[in-house]
Amino acid sequence: MATGANKKPAEVRLDRQDPEKIKARLLAKYPPKVARKRAKQIVVNKVSADGEVPVISSNVRTVPGLMGQRGCCYAGCKGVVLGPTRDIINITHGPIGCGYYSWLTRRNQTDPDSSADGHNYIPYCFSTDMQDQEIIFGGEKKLKQAIQEAYDNFKPKAIAVFSTCPVGLIGDDVHAVCREMKAKLGINVFGFSCEGYKGVSQSAGHHIANNGIFKHVVGLDDTVKEGNYRINLLGEYNIGGDAFEIERLFERCGITLVSSYSGNASIDAFANSHTADLNLIMCHRSINYVAEMMETKFGVPWIKVNFIGAAATAKSLRKIAQYFDEQELTDIVEQVIAEEMPAVEAACADVRPRTEGKRAMLFVGGSRAHHYQELFAELGMKTLSAGYEFGHRDDYEGRKVLPDIKVDADSRNIEEMEITPDPERFKPRISEAKKAELEAKGLQFSAYDGMMTEMPDGTMVIDDLSQYETDQLIKMFKPDIFCAGIKEKYTVQKHGIPLKQLHSYDYGGPYAGFKGAINFYKEIDRMVSSRAWQYMRAPWQEHPELSATYAWE
Amino acid sequence: MRKIAIYGKGGIGKSTTTQNTVAGLAEMGKKVMVVGCDPKADSTRLLLGGLAQRTVLDTLREEGEDVELEDVRKEGYGGTMCTESGGPEPGVGCAGRGIITSINLLEQLGAYADSEDLDYVFYDVLGDVVCGGFAMPIREGKAQEIYIVVSGEMMAMYAANNICKGIVKFAEAGGVRLGGLICNSRKVDNEMEMIQALADKLGTQMIHFVPRENMVQRAEINRKTVIEFEAGHAQADEYRTLAKKIDANEIRVIPTPLEIEELEKLLIDYGIAA
Repeated sequence: MATGANKKPAEVRLDRQDPEKIKARLLAKYPPKVARKRAKQIVVNKVSADGEVPVISSNVRTVPGLMGQRGCCYAGCKGVVLGPTRDIINITHGPIGCGYYSWLTRRNQTDPDSSADGHNYIPYCFSTDMQDQEIIFGGEKKLKQAIQEAYDNFKPKAIAVFSTCPVGLIGDDVHAVCREMKAKLGINVFGFSCEGYKGVSQSAGHHIANNGIFKHVVGLDDTVKEGNYRINLLGEYNIGGDAFEIERLFERCGITLVSSYSGNASIDAFANSHTADLNLIMCHRSINYVAEMMETKFGVPWIKVNFIGAAATAKSLRKIAQYFDEQELTDIVEQVIAEEMPAVEAACADVRPRTEGKRAMLFVGGSRAHHYQELFAELGMKTLSAGYEFGHRDDYEGRKVLPDIKVDADSRNIEEMEITPDPERFKPRISEAKKAELEAKGLQFSAYDGMMTEMPDGTMVIDDLSQYETDQLIKMFKPDIFCAGIKEKYTVQKHGIPLKQLHSYDYGGPYAGFKGAINFYKEIDRMVSSRAWQYMRAPWQEHPELSATYAWE
Repeated sequence: MRKIAIYGKGGIGKSTTTQNTVAGLAEMGKKVMVVGCDPKADSTRLLLGGLAQRTVLDTLREEGEDVELEDVRKEGYGGTMCTESGGPEPGVGCAGRGIITSINLLEQLGAYADSEDLDYVFYDVLGDVVCGGFAMPIREGKAQEIYIVVSGEMMAMYAANNICKGIVKFAEAGGVRLGGLICNSRKVDNEMEMIQALADKLGTQMIHFVPRENMVQRAEINRKTVIEFEAGHAQADEYRTLAKKIDANEIRVIPTPLEIEELEKLLIDYGIAA
C-alpha cells in the first residue's frame, strides 16, 4: 500500500516508465483546446490513505474528429438493456440497418425453457424498415401495422418499440401509438424515445431503458413466489452464457433468483421483480437507476456484486449470505465455495507460470473494465491502464462523488423520474437497526467505490479512449493483451497485440462465476502465450533483399 | 431553359404572383413548367382551374415505383405544365424530405429533359426557408435564379432578408443568384421607395411593383389568373409587364443581407416612424 509520507511523484513508475510523461506524450499532438479537455480525461491514478482518488472528467461529449469507441443511445437502450430479454418483441422503428446491426451482436444467450410458455424472440429481428415514404408522410401508420403483424404472428405477452434518429426528427409519437395498440390488443405495448443522437454515449439509452421498464412493467404482478433468499440480479446480460453459470451457483446455494436484468430474462419476471428482498447490481452504469427506483418505491435495498473472477464471486456470494444473515445460507455458501475453488485453483496454477507478470489494458463498458481486472489479477497479470467508454464519475471514483457531479445540458435531456414510496406496497425489507448492524459488519448498501479506488498508484485511467491514444499506448507499452470491442479489435491486432473482446467475448464464455474463471484463464493463456503474433512482420520487412539459389545449384 | 424559384414570407402572394406571371409568359408564347413545392398543393390551382392535380408524393405512395410523367403532370392555361410536389398533412412526417424526393423524381422522369422544350421552370416554395428540404430548389443548381415576393410590411421584409442569407449560403457552393424583389403591394406608406431602398441594400433591384387590386381576388375565387379571367384589365397588364421584365432580366447577384439594426433603420427612415 502507498504510504502517506511518499511525496515524490517521480518515484511512481508504470512498467518502468513515468506515467506523467506518458500522459504528456499522449496529449502532445493535440490542438490546445482538445489537449485541455483530454487532460481531464487522462488521469494518473493515486489512491490516498483515506481512499480519495483524483477527479476524472467523464460522460462528456467526444471531441469531433477523435475516433472513439462509443455507441449511441439506441444501442444502449435496445441493444444492451432490453435486447437480451427473450419474450418481449423488440421492434426497431426506423430504417433497417439500426435493427439489423443491433441484432444479437453481443451474443446474449437465453434459455426458453426457463419460462413455462417457452416464448423466445431472440432469434428474430423486428424492424419497421422505414422508407422514404414513411419519412415524408410519417411512420406511425406503418408502426401500427408492424405491431399488429407481430401480434398476429406471435401472440407475444409484450411488444416494445425503440425509436431511431429519424423518428425523433419527423416527430412520430411512438408513445401514442403504443397506448393505442395496447388498448386494442390487450397486451403490454410500450415505447422508448431512445433516438441515437440523444446524450453523449449509449449511457443515455441505458437510463431511458431503465425508466421505461420501471414505468411500464415493474410492479405489474404482486404475486410473491415461493423460495428462500429471494434476489434480483441486475446488470447481467448473459453474454456467452454468464448468467447460466451464476444461476447454477444460486441454485446450489438455495438462493432464489426472482428476476435478472436482463440476461436470460423474461418480462413476467420484470413485472414481479419488486417482490424480491434484495437487488444485486453487476453493471452499475447500465442499471443502477432501476435499483434506486425500486428501493424508493418498494423498499428493496441493493448491494454491488461482481461475479467476474473466482475471488470476487466468492466474495459476492458471501455478501448475499451476510445480508440474509442466516446460518443455513452461510454454511451452504461456504460449502459451495469450498467445493468449487479446488478446480479453479488447479486451473489457475496450471496457467499462471505462463501468465505471471504479463500486462493488460482494458477499455470497455461502464463496469467491465473494472470487473475483469479481478481475473487478470488472479492470473498474476498487471493492468497498466483501464477506462470506460461511457462510464460516469461515480463508476470511476465511487458513488461518494454523486453530489458533486455537475449535471450538464446533455444529461438534462434525459428524463429523471420522480419516484415516491408506493402507498400500499412500500415495505422496507430490513429494519434500520438491522441495516446498521450489517453495515457495522462491513456490508455496504447502495455503495460502489468505483474502479480507481482498486487500481494501483501510477496506473493510467483514461475515459473515452480514442484510436490515436490506443495506438500511442500500444507503441509505448507493448501490452501483452488489450481488451476492448469489435471496432478496436483489428487495428490493435495489426500492432501484433492480441485483443480480447469483452462486449461479446469473441466466440467464448462464460467467464463469470467459478467455471467462467477457468474458461477465462485458459483463454488468456492461449492468447498471451500464442507465438502467432511474432509472425506479424512479413519476411521482406525483416530482410528487404531476398537471397535465393537456383534449384540446379 | 431558365430555372426560377419564388420565395417569400407565408401569405405574401407567392402562388398568385407566380401563376399570373407564368400566364403572362405563356401569352408571350413561352413554354413554362410550374413545380409547386408546398404540401398544401395549391400552387397551380389558377392555371388548372381548381385543385385538379394528383401530387407527385401521393402518386408515388399509391403507385409504388411505377410512376409515369403523365401521372403527375397536367397541362394548364396556355400550355403550361403543372406539377404539385405535395406532402404530409400538417404535424406529421417531414415535408422537406418530400420536396427533395419529389424534385428528384421529376428529374428522373425527364420532366426537365431537352425534349420537353421548356423555356422556364418555376418553383413555388412554401414560406420562409425553414429546413434543408425547402432549400432543395436552390441547392445543386435546381434553380439558378430567385425572385423574392415582398411587401412593405416589416415581417415580409424581415423574411426577405432571411431568404437572402439562405441564398448567400448556396450561392457560394452552387450557382444560384438573386434576380430581384417583386413588391406585392400592401399599400404601406412609402412602400415603393422602401422596397427600392431594401433592394439597393441587398445589392439587387425591385424588378416590379405590383399594385394592390381587388381584381386579383375576384379572379382567384373563379380559379383563374387575372390574364385569363379579365384579359383587358389593368392588373393583367401589370403581370404582363412583370413577365416581360423577368424575361429580359439580366441582373443576377449574390445578395448582401442586412444586419437586423440596419433593417429596422430602413423601416424607421421610410415607414412606420414617418
